Amino acid sequence: MSTTAKKSANPLLPKERIKVPRQLMPEQPAEVRAHNFEEVNLGYSAELAQQEALRCLECAKPTCTDNCPVGIDVKEFVQRIVIGDFLGAAAKIREANVLPAVTGRVCPQEDQCEGKCLLSKKVKPLGIGYLERFVADYEQRMGTHVVPNIPPTGKKVAVVGSGPSGLTVAGDLIQKGHKVRVFEALHEIGGVLVYGIPEFRLPKQIVREQIDYMREMGVEFETDVVVGRTVTIDELLEEEGYDAVYIGTGAGLPQFMNVPGEHFNGVYSANEFLTRINLMKAYKFPVYDEPMLDLHGKDVAVIGGGNTALDAIRSALRLGARKAYVIYRRSDAEMPARAEEVHHARQEGIDFQMLTAPVEFLSDDKGWLTAARCVRMELGEPDASGRRRPVPKEGSEFDLPLSVAVIAIGTSANPIVQSTTPGLGTNKRGYIQASEETQRTTRKGVFAGGDIVTGSATVILAMGAGRRAATSIHEYLTTGDW
Amino acid sequence: MFKIIHAEFLAPGIKRFVIEAPRIARKQKPGQFVILRIYEEGERIPITIENSNPERGTINIVVQAAGKTTNLLNSLETGDSILDVVGPLGKPSEIANYGTVVVVGGGVGTAMAYPTAAALKRAGNRVLSIVGARNKELVILEPEMRAVSDALMITTDDGSYADKGFVTDKLRQLIDNGTRIDLVVAVGPIVMMKAVAEVTRKENIHTVVSLNPIMIDGTGMCGGCRVMIDGKSEFACVDGPEFDAHKVDFAVLVQRNSMYRDAEQRSMAEFTNAQKTASGDEAHACTATSGARQGEQR
Repeated sequence: MSTTAKKSANPLLPKERIKVPRQLMPEQPAEVRAHNFEEVNLGYSAELAQQEALRCLECAKPTCTDNCPVGIDVKEFVQRIVIGDFLGAAAKIREANVLPAVTGRVCPQEDQCEGKCLLSKKVKPLGIGYLERFVADYEQRMGTHVVPNIPPTGKKVAVVGSGPSGLTVAGDLIQKGHKVRVFEALHEIGGVLVYGIPEFRLPKQIVREQIDYMREMGVEFETDVVVGRTVTIDELLEEEGYDAVYIGTGAGLPQFMNVPGEHFNGVYSANEFLTRINLMKAYKFPVYDEPMLDLHGKDVAVIGGGNTALDAIRSALRLGARKAYVIYRRSDAEMPARAEEVHHARQEGIDFQMLTAPVEFLSDDKGWLTAARCVRMELGEPDASGRRRPVPKEGSEFDLPLSVAVIAIGTSANPIVQSTTPGLGTNKRGYIQASEETQRTTRKGVFAGGDIVTGSATVILAMGAGRRAATSIHEYLTTGDW
Repeated sequence: MFKIIHAEFLAPGIKRFVIEAPRIARKQKPGQFVILRIYEEGERIPITIENSNPERGTINIVVQAAGKTTNLLNSLETGDSILDVVGPLGKPSEIANYGTVVVVGGGVGTAMAYPTAAALKRAGNRVLSIVGARNKELVILEPEMRAVSDALMITTDDGSYADKGFVTDKLRQLIDNGTRIDLVVAVGPIVMMKAVAEVTRKENIHTVVSLNPIMIDGTGMCGGCRVMIDGKSEFACVDGPEFDAHKVDFAVLVQRNSMYRDAEQRSMAEFTNAQKTASGDEAHACTATSGARQGEQR
């Protein structure tokens, strides 16, 4: 840690480090990748990684770590890259993060570690995400996961949901010697990492490898279990002998705009659109049985400005869409998507219709979507979120011809667990009440975190909640105090 | 993997499977369903639960061959396995003592109506059941329905068994005879449920139908199963599958269920061809005629 005054392995003086340019991430050319599902970013080579690592200023008080939801010791792992100890770097990250190959790819680094990097005051910030991804992939290629040998505590924890927060809890607790079983409603492990985030941003093989590693460590997984329906939280605690339960059931029900015509054929929620593609492999129909509408030569739009919206529209482009629009009611500055995704999407030729909102969907006489009737917006006074409120411009109505529209405007709480668990407190919007510090719910022995507590957020914030929960679950199991 | 411990045809193209699924068996209530996936490349489809046995840890599902997946399913035998079965999904039927309840089952929908009829009977209701089918061979669960009903009426479209006509004819008769009806529960093809709703709407009889739209996850995540209820979008998997029949927009349901008709027909055609090639004998080709969805078949 920063308290030990170690001699730096970095041969460069700080002023020399600033002169090293940020190493570019090698990527598939935009015109090529727009037609395939292969990963966009190709990853640093060892040389690029070591060159980039040299830029770290090794701050006495590293703000990068302070701004990481799981508190990765960035300075230390980057130093290990400098000296070529890539496995050591991976091990350092793993102390705080059980899914480094995932977060290295999908974290919004610009808002977190890299956003507070001292270098960014003068030049571009250190490529922390790229470096994290490099060491995680290196470790995977070497196949040298160390499976720790931990004495069992005899305690049993049930984790509900196998998305990023559930996996974090499972990974942390198994390393403390507790028995952990993860229940998943779908037929595949990984939650949003497998049904939501597309292959070109997060290859499913990467997710599978991380999960295989957890299996090696002893985590058990059971698919096809909808907790609340197949088994209740109370049954897990009272009949199946679990000492604690963690609820990480994720985002929940897709929201619609409640404008006329949302039920027309061709209007999808982003969850459905992405699930058909990522989980069900509908784009490989008829090799896979799940169908989806053929997008070749069609005009497709997504409504929304988050990562999910961009994942959906970039998928549509790869599936042959002729025109691929993002319709967003605010401006560039307010877009919640990761900067890199917006940049990549523009390179690929996505047409951004900013300050625009659909007010109605139009169809033919058989109920198939033909267009979105939109209005242009302008930004007015700031609203409750602090962002300037979009206000429709009078007389700006126009029809955008479309065959498929994908609605990606967020989600609301899934009620299944809450409605079947007596005494589990929820907030006004139906999300589970949990302490921000300990992730404890209002029920003894029951913890919750991730999107089912906060509403739609990011992979890394869900993992942060998972870390805090694991710490407090361990404390609860050790002391019995509530 | 979920093992099939017994499989038998109830009628041509309609098969009942007893499946080892202890968790689901323990929790299943009338009105609920499962989603299953047969093999790795398979689609997820919702299927009716007809019954369950918590002690043995088994559930019974009833499947009518309609498209590729249901045909493939019906080719499975005792000892085979299904890759994924998840459930029980959806809200259970609301069981109470309403007084006199008419339970209408159309085609394979009778399998879903049966556990509800049984539960209503146990709750003290007078249960009058109407079962309709295209012809004699397709009448299913007659003894089971008879056992839980105070009266059972059967209609066939072609008159090859019992009374010729539609279930709505029997319902109309009951109403015209002055039978006091407190609730109607109807499960079957969309056209049948819509017809029942039209009959009872005029009479102001509370009517519940069980909807079977296109679904993927069945837990509320995808929103594909949204149906229009009283002008608002609701999700059949978490808000249903049972809804007030007089508030359902059946036209939207029919329209949305047609979304993948081309793909379904293509899947079915390829499947049928593969079957023919494999067997070299047309007699073995499946009995189903189109790629219609399970929901529209029942």
